[in-house]
Amino acid sequence: MNLDLSFFSWDIFKAFALKGLYYSLFLTAVATAGGIIFGTLLALMRLSGRKLLDYPAAFYVNGMRSAPLVMVILGFYLLVPKLIGRPIGAEFSAIITFIAFEATYFSEIMRAGIQSIPRGQFYAGQALGMSYAQQMKLVVLPQAFRNMLPVLLTQTIILFQDTSLVYAIGAYDMLKGLETAGKNYGRVKEAYLVAAPLYFVICFTLSAAVKRLHKKIAIIR
Amino acid sequence: MSSWDWQVYCRDTVSGEQVAGCFAAAPDQTYLQWMLHAWGWTITVSLGGLAVALVVGSIIGVLRTLPNSPGWVRFGNAWVEFFRNIPLLVQIFIWYYVVPDLVPGADSVSPTLLVIAGLGLFTSARVAEQLRSGIQTLPKGQRYAGMALGFTTAQYYRYVLLPMAYRIILPPLTSESMNIFKNSAVAFAVSIPELTQFYLQAGEETGAQSEIFLGVLAVYILSAMLVNRVMSFIERRLRVPGMVAPTAGAGGH
Repeated sequence: MNLDLSFFSWDIFKAFALKGLYYSLFLTAVATAGGIIFGTLLALMRLSGRKLLDYPAAFYVNGMRSAPLVMVILGFYLLVPKLIGRPIGAEFSAIITFIAFEATYFSEIMRAGIQSIPRGQFYAGQALGMSYAQQMKLVVLPQAFRNMLPVLLTQTIILFQDTSLVYAIGAYDMLKGLETAGKNYGRVKEAYLVAAPLYFVICFTLSAAVKRLHKKIAIIR
Repeated sequence: MSSWDWQVYCRDTVSGEQVAGCFAAAPDQTYLQWMLHAWGWTITVSLGGLAVALVVGSIIGVLRTLPNSPGWVRFGNAWVEFFRNIPLLVQIFIWYYVVPDLVPGADSVSPTLLVIAGLGLFTSARVAEQLRSGIQTLPKGQRYAGMALGFTTAQYYRYVLLPMAYRIILPPLTSESMNIFKNSAVAFAVSIPELTQFYLQAGEETGAQSEIFLGVLAVYILSAMLVNRVMSFIERRLRVPGMVAPTAGAGGH
């Protein structure tokens, strides 16, 4: 019983962990935005009915989804420099990896969302003389997006938790910041004990907000 | 990356020489043997964690649906929120570094068991959530029918609700079992010699990063496929004719 949490103060947090927290949040935001954009494209490829588009997308999505995220983070960080001949920063590497990885999860969500739209909506678009792209953009995707918003946001919360995995390549996120603070004061174990409630408060607050939003926007059928 | 060097798997891990047949005799081992060994660790940690998750998750899931026991329901809900909202890596660190200090006697427990506990309890929250929704999917009449037959609460859970609820949640349990194999990769951070750890060490030792990476990835995918086959076999064996189970959600990992 030699745990001492007293070293931890707001000044310590500001000096070490705040930068990391910003990075964690930034990574979450960028990966969510990029993931949704590329994920939607992947979903459209898979639903296009053209094998040339469907199969590569399916291969990519299923491949990524069966790999552990840590492996993908490590692999990208270690392999890409060999390919391009110069090192890349851990923070930048993590951003690319997260977009590429999360796109596959968002694509499955968007695919389910698009498939949940009744066929009649497509036919209505057709009857109005819309092209396939117009039907998707103006009729189907807005509804799919709205239906899937709570799931997309829940995935974002999972994503935020997963940003802690950039630890593997030494990127400076919130966990790394707290750990660095702990190392400086010889209190690494306490740093982990501090990290847990911080992550908990952020994630719990967000998921409560998502639940509330879900009730608000749910379309009554 | 000019050419592939798949021979790396047949190399001896100490002398670096090629071994005919890829399997070295007892004291020595090739990288292939090392990888299989690491796979064993991944399987141990994953299956151990899965066992913990199923047992604890079932208990918590049942507690959350108990009638007239708001205390237990609240405890179950708190459990789920607690383990679901802290990143797995942080939980593993706490089990590995903090728990041995904090809990008397825990410092003599092997690190592997601590990691299994961490991974298991993290997953137990997800299992509990699935079992709760599985039980609540059942028509209320099933519970009342059990009561009307004079069953105690334990009896109607055991003989009426749980047999159906478990069947309903088999598809999400399948994806959870596949997830736990992927999540076990986090154990590398506390030096469990599993596949990701093997990738880091062997990749660095041999310089054959890409070959080792693809090999390890293939083993992960193979594991996921094996789990999937086993679970769908179980699902087929347990299927009740005429009952359709709902599909799993799209999110997660």
